[in-house]
Amino acid sequence: MAENVINKDIVKEENLVYKKTDLLTEKPLSYCPGCGHGTVHRLVMEVVEELEAQDKTVGVAPVGCSVLAYEFMDIDMQQAAHGRAPALATAIKRLFPENYVFTYQGDGDLAAIGTAETIHACNRGENITIIFVNNGIYGMTGGQMAPTTLPGMKSSTSPYGREVHSMGAPMKITELVAELPGTYYVTRQAVHTPAAARKAKKALKKAFENQKLQKGLSFVEIVSNCNSGWKMTPVQANQWMVDNMFPFYPLGDIKVPEE
Amino acid sequence: MKELRLMKGNEAIAEAAIRAGVDGYFGYPITPQSEVLEYLMLQKPEERTGMVVLQAESEVAAINMVYGGAGAGKMIMTSSSSPGISLKQEGITYIAGAELPCLILNVVRGGPGLGTIQPAQSDYFQSVKGGGHGDYRMIVLAPFSVQEMYDFVETGFDLAFKYRTPVMVLSDGAIGQMMEKVEVGEQKQRLSNEQVKERCPWATTGKDANRERNIITSLDLDPQQQEDFNHHLQAKYKEIEEKEVRFEEIQTEDAEYIFVAYGTSSRICQKSVQLARAKGLKVGLLRPITLFPFPSKRLLELSKQVKGILSVEMSAGQMIEDIKLAVECNIPVEHFGRMGGIIPSPEEVVEALEQKFL
Amino acid sequence: MTEEIIIAGFGGQGVLSMGKIMCYSGIVQGQEVTWMPSYGPEMRGGTANVTVIISDERISSPIISEYDTAIILNQQSMDKFESMVKPGGTLIYDGNGITRHPERKDISIYRVDAAAEAAKMETTKTFNMIVLGGFLKIKPIVKMENVIAGLKKSLPERYHHLIPVNEKAVNRGTEIVQEMQKA
Repeated sequence: MAENVINKDIVKEENLVYKKTDLLTEKPLSYCPGCGHGTVHRLVMEVVEELEAQDKTVGVAPVGCSVLAYEFMDIDMQQAAHGRAPALATAIKRLFPENYVFTYQGDGDLAAIGTAETIHACNRGENITIIFVNNGIYGMTGGQMAPTTLPGMKSSTSPYGREVHSMGAPMKITELVAELPGTYYVTRQAVHTPAAARKAKKALKKAFENQKLQKGLSFVEIVSNCNSGWKMTPVQANQWMVDNMFPFYPLGDIKVPEE
Repeated sequence: MKELRLMKGNEAIAEAAIRAGVDGYFGYPITPQSEVLEYLMLQKPEERTGMVVLQAESEVAAINMVYGGAGAGKMIMTSSSSPGISLKQEGITYIAGAELPCLILNVVRGGPGLGTIQPAQSDYFQSVKGGGHGDYRMIVLAPFSVQEMYDFVETGFDLAFKYRTPVMVLSDGAIGQMMEKVEVGEQKQRLSNEQVKERCPWATTGKDANRERNIITSLDLDPQQQEDFNHHLQAKYKEIEEKEVRFEEIQTEDAEYIFVAYGTSSRICQKSVQLARAKGLKVGLLRPITLFPFPSKRLLELSKQVKGILSVEMSAGQMIEDIKLAVECNIPVEHFGRMGGIIPSPEEVVEALEQKFL
Repeated sequence: MTEEIIIAGFGGQGVLSMGKIMCYSGIVQGQEVTWMPSYGPEMRGGTANVTVIISDERISSPIISEYDTAIILNQQSMDKFESMVKPGGTLIYDGNGITRHPERKDISIYRVDAAAEAAKMETTKTFNMIVLGGFLKIKPIVKMENVIAGLKKSLPERYHHLIPVNEKAVNRGTEIVQEMQKA
């Protein structure tokens, strides 16, 4: 009964400061507390809602932590083989050019096993949106080294830290795809603070709206955290991200269409 | 009036795709099937029917484009040859696991590895037993002429959509490269997006207000649900085995021995039947047209009539295993084949029959 | 009627297109046809051959080990295919570049010096059509009018202005064999 009393007292329309979009399903998110994925999911669905495009948006989920993205987003979605999301999205978009089509991929999916699909979809200038959540680690499989793991950073497959001379340097694939003539808009954002999330949402909206222009691919990287993989508390993880990830992966637009 | 053309098998299947109203083709060049993509590009199918044709960055990307397009409910196909088909296995098992219709052409060349570009039939196991990981099957159609390369586009898509399953056309370098007379069909209209939504209410066409969202996935982390799904797949394959077996028999009525051969081998064996009959041997031919489902029931019947079966394949002997399973040890089953891109001569086949059985 | 033919020579001599025109002519005449080439890197500048079968009935094997007729345009092909002509069969060859002439006594042998003739006619590219004309004189399996119709079907429209030249070459080939048969 106590709950009801509280509800009656506080949950009133005029007190509402935040409400999840209807385009997120009622299913509780399966991500770790503190993980950035939930925020990015919300932003993407808010953008689709604002564009009034639920009936013409198709998403492609990757293999990785966000493999089950389709459980949370109330739109038509396909689940791709590891790294192949841009290939699926290419076909879906070309066969339904009037639809908004996006991929939602992590760093292992997009920048390791799916490098070829990523680069070629970008190079062909497919009129899709790629959302790239980069947390420098393989979360779902239990914290292995990713193509974007920082030098010296520990993971279960670089337990003494990433040694660049034997394991290679982290890949700045976002800068790489920005070099390709097929990309129209390339930006790097974060969602660790309300201000950053607001900026990221603007970028995502632009990336979706660009699909109407048919001028090429829009690529949005979100530098994010993985507190469980990094073995930190959520607050520590966000601070570590600010101190270590941002200097290597600086936030901001990388390629902006000329007006 | 019927329109007759002289075409390569690879060209015939490409023309058939345009005329059948196929929505998308995604491929990557490899000998001996590159003419499929070349022919499509030359024909400007975007202008003829609005068909999407794209040269992908790899066979892996191409089959995953097929996966995407098929998930959107469209008629999608790809083609490749053996090494490329190996690369496509990842996408094929996802397509089977997500129960999507599509058509995959394999113009088989000799292997293993890079092998040779000459014709072979050594991808039988890979085609009929699954190919990728997990318990799945594809319907496998084996054309023996350029006309059948043409005809099996429509047959294949009909079956693919009827059962929501990938269908493979298992051809070989000889049929892909050879030219024959082809009767081409009428140009069919591609389905409109509204028709696609009606035919495939499960497809990712965009969730409108009056339905739940559609999800194309092969993932189910709950073992019980995954087992239930596997039972569902197996029931589907059983139904296919009951309803969709296709084969052709040549002079089996009075036969004491039969050849079992598909595709190019079955063409060779037709001549071998003539040669053997000229020698007074009562020989016939059973040509499986579907390799999965396999004409096992008919072979079991024939095993009560004939004294022996010679499986003739351009491989070390793969289909012979299915023949042996079918005839339940009633009669001896022997293999004759050539490998590495060599096509056996009709005379060799008759000699093998005589050596093994007479 | 079933005629099993091998046409063999260098890539670029029009071996494959000669076979195609034969097949198209057969289709126009209501016959069954198959055209089975050798393919692959060996064709790039090397030898090319094609097996053509024209028949009134459904064709069984497109690949065969002996032929009713062999049309031979270089020495390598002579070495490979002379022995594969059926006894009583026919061998037609161009003497240009041939160092060892055919030796079999159980087959009919015709030498049609088409390369030299085409050079005389100043249309070297119609060399294969002269050979085709010669073959059709020996084995009239398709009517000449159907050959011209086949030629039209086989050539892209932008080359249709070349049909008269090709027709002339086919006729010249026929004459050469006719003269040979008289002699």
